[in-house]
Amino acid sequence: MDAFQLTAFQKDILKEIGNIGAGNAATSLSMLLGQKIDMMVPNVEIADFNEVIELVGGPEQPIVGLMFQIEGEITGVMAIVVEIEEAEYLVQKLTHNDQFRLSEQTDGAELDIAMSALSEIGNILTGSYLTALSDFTGMNLQPSVPHLGIDMAGAIMTVGLLEISQVTDYAIIIDTEIRQEEENHENIKGNFLFIPDPESFQKLFAKLGWN
Amino acid sequence: MTITKTIVNVGIADTKTVRHPNTIRTLGLGSCIGTVLYDEKRGIAGLSHILLPNSSQARAANSNPMKYADTAIPQLLKMLQEQGARNIKAKMAGGAQMFQAGKGTSFMRIGDKNIEAVQEALRKLNIRIVSSDVGGNLGRTIEFDPGSSKLSIRKRNHDIYTI
Repeated sequence: MDAFQLTAFQKDILKEIGNIGAGNAATSLSMLLGQKIDMMVPNVEIADFNEVIELVGGPEQPIVGLMFQIEGEITGVMAIVVEIEEAEYLVQKLTHNDQFRLSEQTDGAELDIAMSALSEIGNILTGSYLTALSDFTGMNLQPSVPHLGIDMAGAIMTVGLLEISQVTDYAIIIDTEIRQEEENHENIKGNFLFIPDPESFQKLFAKLGWN
Repeated sequence: MTITKTIVNVGIADTKTVRHPNTIRTLGLGSCIGTVLYDEKRGIAGLSHILLPNSSQARAANSNPMKYADTAIPQLLKMLQEQGARNIKAKMAGGAQMFQAGKGTSFMRIGDKNIEAVQEALRKLNIRIVSSDVGGNLGRTIEFDPGSSKLSIRKRNHDIYTI
C-alpha cells in the first residue's frame, strides 16, 4: 500500500482504532489512579521520521518513552510518551510517595523504582489498548516486554522507527493524547503513538471489510 | 562588520555540508551515527546522520541512500570532493544502545552494527578516523566546527565535551 494514499474513509477507520484503543487504556489508567482521565480526538498522521520526532516535542526534548513491539496478525510499534515531570507524577501516585523526584539526573535505586513503576503502567495501558483493538478487529495482537528510556526524544523514538525504516521513509501514526487535569493544573499528558508496520494496514482494512 | 554564523541542521537520514565560519549539527542521536568528514585546511566539512548499517537490508526500491552507512558515507565524500575538499579525515559519534536488549529483536542492538558499518565504510575509502565517541546507552547531540575541527558532544547528565 502506498503510504501517501490514505482515503478520508481509511483515515477515519484508523482514528476509530485510536479512539477504541486509547479509550480503553484511559479507562484503565483512570481506575489505577482513581481519577478522571480525558482523551483527545486521535490524530492520524503520515509523517517522515523527522516529523514523527517533532510530534513528541522535537529531537532534544527530554522524554520518558515506553516502547512495545507488537506481534500477532498485526505488527508494529506502540510508543507511550510522557514528559519527565508527568512520569514523576505517575510514579508518585503509584508508589504513594509524594516526595518522589524524577529528573534526567535520577539514577540508582530511585531510577529502578521509577522504571519498574512506569513499565508496569505501560504494560497495563498497552494491554488495554491492544485488547480493545483485538476485540474490535477480531485479530490477535500481543505486546513485547516494555522497553523504557529516559532521554532525548530523537534518541528514543528512532529505535521505534527502525523496523519500518527498512521498508519506507514514512510512518503512519495513530496519535492519541490523554490528559488528567486538576484545578486547571495539568498533571498528566501522555501520547499513545501506534505505528503499525506498512503491511499491517492492508490486513487491517481487509479484516474490517473496507478495503 | 559582523560575520553571521549559521548552524546547519542535519535531520535523520540526511547529509549536508558546511564551510567555516558556519557549523553543522545533528540533534538527539541514539543508535544512529553522526559521521563528520572534514578538510581541516580548507575549512569544509559534511555531516551524515545514518539510521541503519546496510542498504542491502532495504526491502523497498528507491530507498533514501542517506539512511544507510554503506551508501551515505561514499556520497558524503563525493559531495565534499566536488566542493574542493582534499585530505579528508573523519570523526564520528553515536551508536548507543538506548534500551536493554533483553528479549527485544535484533533492532534493539542496532547501535553496534551501525558503528561497525561506518568504520567499515570509512576503511574502504581510506579515510582515517581521528576521534570517535560511540556506544554507551545515552543519546547525543553533536556539533562540528570546521574552523577548529572540533566535534562537541552533549549527553544528558554530562557537560559538553569535545573530541
